[in-house]
Amino acid sequence: MIPFAGNLVLAGVWAAALGEFSLTNLVAGFGLGFAILAIAPQQSSERYSRKVLRSVEFAAFFIGQLVIASFRVTADIVTPAQRARPGIVAVPLDAETDIEITMLANVISLTPGSISLDVSADRRTLFVHVMFLDDVATCRREIKDGFERRILELLR
Amino acid sequence: MDTVAALLALSGAAMILVACIGLLRLPDLYTRMHACTKPATLGVSLIVAAVAIHVGELGITARAVLIVLFFLLTAPVAAHRLTHAAYRAGVPRCPSTVRDDLDDPDLLL
Repeated sequence: MIPFAGNLVLAGVWAAALGEFSLTNLVAGFGLGFAILAIAPQQSSERYSRKVLRSVEFAAFFIGQLVIASFRVTADIVTPAQRARPGIVAVPLDAETDIEITMLANVISLTPGSISLDVSADRRTLFVHVMFLDDVATCRREIKDGFERRILELLR
Repeated sequence: MDTVAALLALSGAAMILVACIGLLRLPDLYTRMHACTKPATLGVSLIVAAVAIHVGELGITARAVLIVLFFLLTAPVAAHRLTHAAYRAGVPRCPSTVRDDLDDPDLLL
């Protein structure tokens, strides 16, 4: 978080140096600041640049999932035949801390076709309501390998 | 730029329309939550993005980003609380439901 704040300050400095706080200048300043932090010889900055790239990768993956799943739900809603095969699936959790579980549950709820319904009392299992349940193993793998792995990489 | 903004606003409106149709057509509360949470979030985000592009000012863009962020933060929480409460209150699942791993009273918090 601290390198990110530094990056924002650098963006502000760049815009101030150009004398205009426009969106273009701030974005360019952020990009330049990121490049500087990425090559600066500090251990933490190397981790920072990797984290930012991971965040961008995760955002791209998430938006992709959002669009794919939206079309699937949309297709089921607007066509006469109802193909929904809803079900509630227990997914074993590798996420441990509050923030990891919350983030995973939120991302799952934001993806069309799945809503997180409950977490078991021992916090080892997440119960997910899925709209198109064709194969339980595939569904679990998509959540664990697609979302959980990436979120844990991002947060740990 | 105006064409891009118009396209974004239109697809956002289409998304919300689909969400409304889904609310009417889907078989039970749980599947309806699928239809009304996410397409609505995406639809509002698209419309706000269209406004940001159309106006093209930093202040407006910053506020648009904040609106989308807060939507992304709050919508899944609301969806989770509503479905969770419905499940605990015993709202029935539609007959086409194929599996329920939570069908065990000991598992509920």
